[in-house]
Amino acid sequence: MTRGLEAGIIISIISPLIGIFLVLKRYSLIADTLAHVSLAGVAIGLFLGVNPILTALITAVLASLGIERLRSSRKVYGESALALFLSGSLALAIVILSLARGFNANLFNYLFGSIVTVTSNDIYTISILSVTVIFILAFFYKELVYVTFDEEAARVSGVPVRLVNTVLIILTALTVGLAIPIVGVLLIAALIVIPVIAALQLRRSFLKTILYAEAISLISVISGIFVSFYINLSTGGTIVLIMIAIFVVIFAIKRS
Amino acid sequence: MPIDHTKNIIVVENVSFAYDSEYVLKDITLEIHQGDYVGIVGPNGAGKTTLFKIMLGLLRPKSGTVKFLDQNINDFKDWQKIGYVPQKTATFDFNFPATVHEIVTMGRYRKGRRFFAATADDKQAVQNALAQVDMWGYKDRLIGDLSGGQQQRVFIARALVNDPEVVFLDEPTTGVDREAQDGFYSLLQRLHGELDLTIVLISHDIERITKEVMHIICVDRVLTCHTSPEEYLKESKSANILGQDVKIIAHHNHK
Repeated sequence: MTRGLEAGIIISIISPLIGIFLVLKRYSLIADTLAHVSLAGVAIGLFLGVNPILTALITAVLASLGIERLRSSRKVYGESALALFLSGSLALAIVILSLARGFNANLFNYLFGSIVTVTSNDIYTISILSVTVIFILAFFYKELVYVTFDEEAARVSGVPVRLVNTVLIILTALTVGLAIPIVGVLLIAALIVIPVIAALQLRRSFLKTILYAEAISLISVISGIFVSFYINLSTGGTIVLIMIAIFVVIFAIKRS
Repeated sequence: MPIDHTKNIIVVENVSFAYDSEYVLKDITLEIHQGDYVGIVGPNGAGKTTLFKIMLGLLRPKSGTVKFLDQNINDFKDWQKIGYVPQKTATFDFNFPATVHEIVTMGRYRKGRRFFAATADDKQAVQNALAQVDMWGYKDRLIGDLSGGQQQRVFIARALVNDPEVVFLDEPTTGVDREAQDGFYSLLQRLHGELDLTIVLISHDIERITKEVMHIICVDRVLTCHTSPEEYLKESKSANILGQDVKIIAHHNHK
């Protein structure tokens, strides 16, 4: 469980850092979409006998670029582009599954993650990923904040808006793709958006909102892993329910 | 440096713009000089905002050229010299978690400057800009907690934070109540005078801005006037007598 805890903590730290920009750009569902796309990638990998994490990463990055392209073409609404990729990739995963029976159980692992069977190799991979993601986010922090708040004014200030948007979406794809074998499709999408949505209810500055989201994410993951371990529940599901409970409590207190 | 009223800030030459085959702007030519205070007026859908976006390089014209400080806008890199206050549309996010200080700091963006620490220079510039619009006391408030007039002052501070040559404002008094509008226009007058700032603003409150600006540019797909407010009022009055221009009157009570 120690390794599972380590992995969970690392992923719970990077997820809200990406989530804050996605949620504020009204792009929460991209995390969910890319998680499903990664699942299709995993199925492709299992089918071809290639490392499924590699194929998951490749499909997630390609899909993220495709979605961004489709959205900026303005021929398709942003959320419609997401819907296309979401249902398309799920369909692809199921079709591949039916083509080659025998790895159903394996794919099931990716759907819900297997945080308790994390290897030291997994820890190594996601540590490198996290350091890379945090470094790139810090590198583009000013641009990301400006573009998220006011894309047009950012452009007039000389911010390379398209580049910044592409960087964000690729970072999302990388995080989702690498986190899926550990925490699963359901949990990664939740970790990216729910702590941020909860922190936003507190109405603080941008920097403080990030810090609160980090705290909510960490508390949920750590307590979720312990609770699920001791009373034998699904880890991913428990963590998501704790996050939602935190959101509900903050929301209720703020409204009253 | 004294103001050189002959120095060109923006030169627009024969600019046309079309969505598909429908012309939004046709053959617009105009010059804006240093120290000018210009109001762009015209009915809704006349292409005012499109013209603005072309001048700022946000949209590419179908034909014609825009020069900014004698440089073609496509090659223009000196973005600190332009301050921009976009139109506050329905999509403006009042729940965005940013303080006044954070928002004005965004304007200090420079190419090549990395990571998020603001320099001492940045902090000083942000303080000066907020002081200029009398909003320094609100620096830690969230943008969504301010009134429409106060929000607009914050966006002006962001536009001023790099000490620009020219500031563009698109319908800046939308969502600002009448009383706050007076304060807002006197702020613009003060900035225009004290900072030798060139100001270009779009407004459909013609009555009001003829009292403020030095030049009026009328746009209705084509350039229909480029004149002083006095001349504009005289002409529109005689046009009204002839019953030719109901548009302008109808527009007054529009808001």
